[in-house]
Amino acid sequence: MGKFDHKDLLGIGQLSVEDISLILDTAESLKEISTRDIKKVPALRGKSVVNFFYEPSTRTRISFEMAAKRLSADTVSISASGSSLVKGETLKDTARNLQAMNPDIIVLRHSSSGAPHLLAMEVSAGVINAGDGINEHPTQALLDMFTIRERKGRLHDLDVAIIGDISHSRVARSNILGLTKMGARVTVSGPPTMMPVEIEALGATLVSDPVKALKDKDVIMMLRIQLERQNKTLFPTLREYSSFFGLTMRLVREARGDVIIMHPGPLNRGVEITSEVADSPYSVILDQVTNGVAVRMALLYLLIGGSKGDNAD
Amino acid sequence: MITLIKSGTLVDPVKGIVEKADLIIEDEKITGIFPPGAFKEKGAQITIVDAANRLIIPGLIDMHVHLREPGYEYKETIASGSRAAVAGGFTALACMPNTLPPNDCRSVTEFILEQGRKAGLAIVFPIAAITKGQKGEVLTEFGDIREAGAVAVSDDGFSVRNSELMRRALEYADFHGLKVISHCEDPSLSDGGVMHEGVVSTRIGLPGIPSACEEIMVYREISLSKLTGCPVHIAHVSTEGSVELIRRAKEKGLKVTAETAPHYFTLDHSAVVGYDTNAKVNPPLRTRRDVEAIRKGLAEGVIDVIATDHAPHNALQKEVEFDQAASGMIGLETALPLTLELVRDGVLGLPEAVGKLSCNAGLILGTGGGTLKEGDYADLAIVDPQYEYTLRKEAIVSKSWNTPFIGKTLKGKNEITMIKGKVVFPFKTSEP
Repeated sequence: MGKFDHKDLLGIGQLSVEDISLILDTAESLKEISTRDIKKVPALRGKSVVNFFYEPSTRTRISFEMAAKRLSADTVSISASGSSLVKGETLKDTARNLQAMNPDIIVLRHSSSGAPHLLAMEVSAGVINAGDGINEHPTQALLDMFTIRERKGRLHDLDVAIIGDISHSRVARSNILGLTKMGARVTVSGPPTMMPVEIEALGATLVSDPVKALKDKDVIMMLRIQLERQNKTLFPTLREYSSFFGLTMRLVREARGDVIIMHPGPLNRGVEITSEVADSPYSVILDQVTNGVAVRMALLYLLIGGSKGDNAD
Repeated sequence: MITLIKSGTLVDPVKGIVEKADLIIEDEKITGIFPPGAFKEKGAQITIVDAANRLIIPGLIDMHVHLREPGYEYKETIASGSRAAVAGGFTALACMPNTLPPNDCRSVTEFILEQGRKAGLAIVFPIAAITKGQKGEVLTEFGDIREAGAVAVSDDGFSVRNSELMRRALEYADFHGLKVISHCEDPSLSDGGVMHEGVVSTRIGLPGIPSACEEIMVYREISLSKLTGCPVHIAHVSTEGSVELIRRAKEKGLKVTAETAPHYFTLDHSAVVGYDTNAKVNPPLRTRRDVEAIRKGLAEGVIDVIATDHAPHNALQKEVEFDQAASGMIGLETALPLTLELVRDGVLGLPEAVGKLSCNAGLILGTGGGTLKEGDYADLAIVDPQYEYTLRKEAIVSKSWNTPFIGKTLKGKNEITMIKGKVVFPFKTSEP
């Protein structure tokens, strides 16, 4: 097995092609554990993982917890509402206090872009970015790439469309970086009010018309519309958004016959995706959730195993 | 008491010349400028300062600083800011009113003047608020404030949202002989933004502030100046578009002046990569293209003044998440070497560069100063233009050290600052 030489996972940008392949290969070998009767191996026994969620999250937090527990690590979860953050403690002080308890890994979800970078400078524990502001969500991109590779057998030479609110999507940013690095071609589409300036500098191709953007695609990745953005300045109504950018079966037919449809969740049924599409055989949305646990197991294993010597038998 | 500054290179921004000269100071004033060696020293009471290979420049004037007092003394005080100023070669400062309470009345203006006098270093000129509490609702008492000693009005940190109110401010300030300094920012376009909107903000996932946010307000102020016939000064110009608007306004003969800060002609938005909160500033660091346009604007005289926008913040505001960090960087101790870099790059001649850091601001504010001729107060700095050093946090005189230039190599260092013929820097003893 190759060497994973990182203290932290802060973003896809820091990973090489070899790193990503190693994570996906490791996840593939660990995935089977979750199908056993006894879903636990002792690989990370005696290690501790802190899940520090400054922003609400169900799926990602549970996924990290399950991943850690299946590897026998001890886990503690903190959310902002129950922590000293609401008492005015700075992130830096919280970090120092956590560090004083000697965890091996801190998983951080935070509403500020760059917060995991700040944390990583303060603590000797490994830091995993579980989503920071509108910057990156690297474990989501890794589980997405895992799911695509599982279905398509490869990542290179695939055509992927990412549709929706690109501006505010850390999922989009991480996936553009990861997929293009692995040799896929990424097309982004969405309302111009939700398209960041110079997006093509990240390696994606911008096609404003969603119908054209979906043409001959192997993978369609729909992004969640944050309902609170409605009635602000970005789009007038959900109704209008869904009629132009919502994924319907009619639009799915623009893509390749064996297209797979992905969504990072949680779904707004009837907004960015119709129920018909979400529940169709094209959809791999629940596979993404299953694979999330495997990918996070792989990361915990590689980060702890890589930095603290090999005591996993 | 007579002082002879010997064998230096005198930079006179008014005459636009650089010449080798000996300078005689008697008590508070410059009493003679001689060709090298022409002055015959007689008597033993002359203090001689050897200025060989040094520049003698007028004491610098910074028309845009935040001294944080009253209210935020943990970031900077008038005394600590004045110390940083004289260390950087500045002998006069104009301080912005966004203190706590804001400087929006006679009593705060007088307090600032008094604290400035007590500090006894750089001359401190208060800039008062345009509106009460800087809330953009009611004008402050310009007449009273002027009498108390304020030299200009500004709601720096905010634009006056209400255009009608801004129009009245220009008219009323002109009547009282106060300059209006405008911080140009359309708040609806900057809302939530923390850096320049461009390829870097897209890449690192931070909400952006477009250039139009500044330019819209620059255009409004130019329009209002045209409407009223009253002068307006545009603070901290950061975009190519703003330079263009000001250029056209000046070509039409409108009474518009402008300043920029050293970071806008030195750094671009890539300084933010890595979420360095010391590079978070408002207006934000823009693109390389904007940096080039600012340099061109300086070279062509579109931008009259280099001001630091010295904005001290301590770790509590800076060692936090990027979007929660305060905007601003200190600048008093780095302005001179960064401006000399423009001279080395051929953007500005030495007298022009020094003028933008001194007499031009004195002209705009109506305070005078920044000149070196017989009869002037001996406010000056003696600078080694060749000295190279790495900026260390520990060496910073200001109470705060929020600057992205820590660890960077700077060239050009102020060695001696004199105010009214007295050496105020280097500091004599370690003061509290």
